[in-house]
Amino acid sequence: MQVPILKQRDYLIASVQAALTDADLMQLRDSLVTQVGTFRSRGVIVDVTALDVMDSFAVRTLGDLAHMIRLRGAETVIVGIQPEVAFAMVQLGLTLAGVSTALDLEEGLAFLDKRIKSMSGAR
Amino acid sequence: MNRHEIRVPIDSDTDIVTARQKGREMASRLGFTSTDLTLIATAISELARNIVLYAHQGEIVLSIAEDGARRGMGVIAHDDGPGIPDVERALEEGFSTSRSFGMGLSGVRRLVDEFKIVSKVGSGTTVSVKKWK
Repeated sequence: MQVPILKQRDYLIASVQAALTDADLMQLRDSLVTQVGTFRSRGVIVDVTALDVMDSFAVRTLGDLAHMIRLRGAETVIVGIQPEVAFAMVQLGLTLAGVSTALDLEEGLAFLDKRIKSMSGAR
Repeated sequence: MNRHEIRVPIDSDTDIVTARQKGREMASRLGFTSTDLTLIATAISELARNIVLYAHQGEIVLSIAEDGARRGMGVIAHDDGPGIPDVERALEEGFSTSRSFGMGLSGVRRLVDEFKIVSKVGSGTTVSVKKWK
């Protein structure tokens, strides 16, 4: 299942709707990395509220996505990791180190607004 | 032959999703907590992924585990792939993290209550895990 990507202001929002195969995850990563350039986006939100499992491949791919997008000059925040999923990830030893996360879409937007404002202020 | 057994053939990334969904459904029918459902589904996902990565094809067998009054769920991941030359080493913490997408078997072991592996070079690997309610 393909993940719809919405453009809102300077941000891209990808809302995962259902379970993703490895191929779907890689496609999401590649689309977002391309589209931050197409739309000159400053931030990306990946909403994983609907994911009931984040295994090693999913976590690795989301981490890669965030790092690749940072190399493209935008910020990524992963939102909506469910409590059970967080528990399973920690048990497995998957921490998404170096990747920003937020509770939900609202918090994710607030995080990006603040982050991007402070980055422009520093210029 | 266990009439509650569900066999899921594994030979592509879509089968990984199918296996973990069927596992979650079965565990849900057995009355596991939502945290346990996620742990079971995640363990199945990792086991199925190991099959796809290393053996390319195999199967996941889901069953009801019973031990006296205790009930739980059994998951067997079987393949006829290349086998693991050094099982002890494969079970070390984080062994495969740097070289593959799989978190390795050590991660799966932390998600379940019982873990058993039989592997022979050239003839395949069988990992059997159980989660008790």
